[in-house]
Amino acid sequence: MTAADAHRTILAVWRIEQPRLITSLARMLRDVPLAEELTQDALLAALECWPQTGVPELPGAWLMTTARRLAVDHIRRLPMLDRNHAFLLHELEQEQAETPDYDALLDDDIGDEMLRLIFTACHPLLPYDTRPALALRMICGLTTAEIARAFLVSEATVAQRIVRAKRTLTDSGLAYETPHGEELAERLSSVLEVIYLIFNEGYTAARGDDWLRPDLCSEALRLARAVVAIAPHQPEAHGLLALMELNASRTAARTDPAGEPILLLDQDRALWDRAQIQRGMRSLARAEERGGAGGFYTLQAAIVACHARAARAAETDWLRIALLYAELSAVTRSPIVELNRAIAVGMAEGPASGLVILDRIADAPELAGYHLLPSVRGDLLRRLGRHEEARAAFEAAAALAGNKRERELLLKRAREME
Amino acid sequence: MRFMSIVTSPRSETYGNPTPELLEAMGKLADREIKAGRMIDNGGLMPIEQGARITIRNGELSVLDGPFVEAKEVIGGYAISEFASKEEAVALAVEFMQLHKDHMPGWEGTCEVRAFAGPPTA
Repeated sequence: MTAADAHRTILAVWRIEQPRLITSLARMLRDVPLAEELTQDALLAALECWPQTGVPELPGAWLMTTARRLAVDHIRRLPMLDRNHAFLLHELEQEQAETPDYDALLDDDIGDEMLRLIFTACHPLLPYDTRPALALRMICGLTTAEIARAFLVSEATVAQRIVRAKRTLTDSGLAYETPHGEELAERLSSVLEVIYLIFNEGYTAARGDDWLRPDLCSEALRLARAVVAIAPHQPEAHGLLALMELNASRTAARTDPAGEPILLLDQDRALWDRAQIQRGMRSLARAEERGGAGGFYTLQAAIVACHARAARAAETDWLRIALLYAELSAVTRSPIVELNRAIAVGMAEGPASGLVILDRIADAPELAGYHLLPSVRGDLLRRLGRHEEARAAFEAAAALAGNKRERELLLKRAREME
Repeated sequence: MRFMSIVTSPRSETYGNPTPELLEAMGKLADREIKAGRMIDNGGLMPIEQGARITIRNGELSVLDGPFVEAKEVIGGYAISEFASKEEAVALAVEFMQLHKDHMPGWEGTCEVRAFAGPPTA
């Protein structure tokens, strides 16, 4: 085994064990960020030791012992603040002195602790841009270098974000707490938001030639599956999982061999992953069974499901999509959702109806400078035979388009109107 | 990356059913992996005697019910999981096989780790 092989093997073992290590240490120390730091130290110890000794027969137990020893050392170095502290240390030392029962330690049901870990990493008080990085680091066990690669930012930036996030947690006394009751719903929505952010980052960014770039879509799916397994009664968790499974099912059809994007309606549906669609459909059904039909993610999943159900683009149930967008619009009050509704209504009822919706949001500040607004308008006008107005709309859209390829496509459509 | 891990053991050895300790240990491992969001599906299979084989040979399609005397290695179970790397898949298979070593002495078999074909995506 080469040194690089050994390194990869150790990282793989560590990644599988890490959530359990963090949760176990967090319970000892009542401090999630500190627990994370000490598990990193345990990893360093393994990287130093295992290349010489070989991977131990029970690598999980080895890592657990090492991490817990590090935790006890840490507590021992702290100033003796009060009797509680002394008592805790005494207890831990006693535990350490006895032959520890690793089976019991390893068999612990980590569900609750895992949930606490996820809630902590995705805390709404954390700066927005630090949450995905912290979640990938603390829950998925990605290294700083891997996260940097995934988000196409420098390692220093990621390291800084993580440090900042951990400091925020410690300073605001949020290092170890679990939400209850009403707060739970708000906190869960922050967790789901982080997961969806990670997914979209992976979904929009082309993977390119960087095969070492971690697949953020997979990480997000894994996180969502974990949340669903630990908190199976939350309909929106199922809804988000459904949405991501259904979107990910189109991955193979989304780009042509040159890597250029292919729009949904033009995709070869034979390339859609049927098994993944089925999983998405099952998750959607679970979300709806749990009363989540009107939820933000569940509604979006239901819309994507309409596309997934249609064997050909022409068979798409646009009427249902338009209705679902109307519901989603009531939930979000977002003009971007209205824009999508205009497209669906334009398909279901005809371009004139779509145009009516578009006229109502034409002045929405959120859409100012957004090229899709005139682009959709151009398409509806074209279908109404109002070619001169359509041409002007496509030209306006081209002027706003962010990338060259899109701009060229819009100018081509404008020329076709002459 | 999605992987399928398939456990096979030699037919000639009759090990009987998994010990309760092994079943419990495997159950805990599966539970942990499901809660970690990695394991998507898993299952143990009924004995091959109760199965069937549908074969095409020399252009002929045939359906054959068990038992199959010629079967040397039989599949006992499988798991489908999402891992970031082959190393992770191997690490978990090692952990899984270690459970057999610990809880079912004398058992021999193989766990094969295979990546799903197709684009390397979610």
